[in-house]
Amino acid sequence: MKLKVTGGILLLLTAVIFSCQNDSQVEFNRYYSGGSAIYQAHCQNCHGANGEGLQQLIPPLTDSAYLKKNKNALACFLKTGLKGKISINNKIFEGEMPADSLAPIEIAKVLTYVTNSFGNKLGTINLQQVQGDLEKCR
Amino acid sequence: MRKLIWGIIVLSVLDACNNKQGKLPILGNREPVNKTVDGKSVVDTAYSTIPDFKFVNQYGDTITQKSLQGKIYVADFFFTTCPSICPVMHRNMLNVYKEFKADDNFRIISHTIDPKYDTVPVLKRYADKMGLSGNNWWLLHGDKGSTYTIAKSYLQTVQEKNPAGQYIHDGFFILIDKQKRIRGTYEGTDPKEVEKMIADIKILKAEPEQAAAK
Repeated sequence: MKLKVTGGILLLLTAVIFSCQNDSQVEFNRYYSGGSAIYQAHCQNCHGANGEGLQQLIPPLTDSAYLKKNKNALACFLKTGLKGKISINNKIFEGEMPADSLAPIEIAKVLTYVTNSFGNKLGTINLQQVQGDLEKCR
Repeated sequence: MRKLIWGIIVLSVLDACNNKQGKLPILGNREPVNKTVDGKSVVDTAYSTIPDFKFVNQYGDTITQKSLQGKIYVADFFFTTCPSICPVMHRNMLNVYKEFKADDNFRIISHTIDPKYDTVPVLKRYADKMGLSGNNWWLLHGDKGSTYTIAKSYLQTVQEKNPAGQYIHDGFFILIDKQKRIRGTYEGTDPKEVEKMIADIKILKAEPEQAAAK
């Protein structure tokens, strides 16, 4: 009897964990695949199909440490553009990235794509996070 | 009979390949000219050529047709602040630059269509950031009129800024031989086309007429 109950609880727990994981996995996949198309249309010309950038002109998107450190500022970079010196992969870049008129959901999707491609693995950046970050844009 | 037809097809396909590998076409307008050879009047073909020009490169040196004498070159049109097709074009052009970096009889010239912003120092900074050194790839500055005029002889269209502040221009790479004739145009935003251009440049360099020209 005891065994049955324990077994039942275990089964339930596994199911819950599994379905939870599934939900977040489904959310991730949705953001990621949507982000891929947005990346191609809005970012790829400059940053390249593999996020490789262009020499010292356009920074690559492969610096995971930079992306992680600036995770909450990335949404504003897209919304208001980025200007001034930045250090990416130990190289200095000082061009200007123009602002792009993306909707918050599009920003969330494309950020999820970028921060989980090209060797990066930061997980989903969802709409709620992006909306919160955008309120703090300077 | 069927075998014979197949034979003809295979042969003609092979032949087409041969033609392609041996010589590139000459593009642009052409007109017949009457010439006198050994006292006899013959009709020859005059191909359109790139007229003389005068621009300044990223080092501040004056570049004319003379600077390109005896050289095969590729031309394109761009501007340094172009957010759309230029980064793609020059990412691809970089492969061409690397492939022929050791060849002093080959050049790349990129005309800026925004001379007001792209001054010589701006072009130099762009070249530095692109990692360009030496004289294989020149970024050329000139007044708007001369640049837009020379674009026409390369069969290219460039326009003034549109209301959104962007320039409209073609993303083509144009291959020019030592006789200043157009030998190929390639979509500079397409890596496959640019690969083909690299192969075509090698074919062109090997043409007896090009190898002999000084």
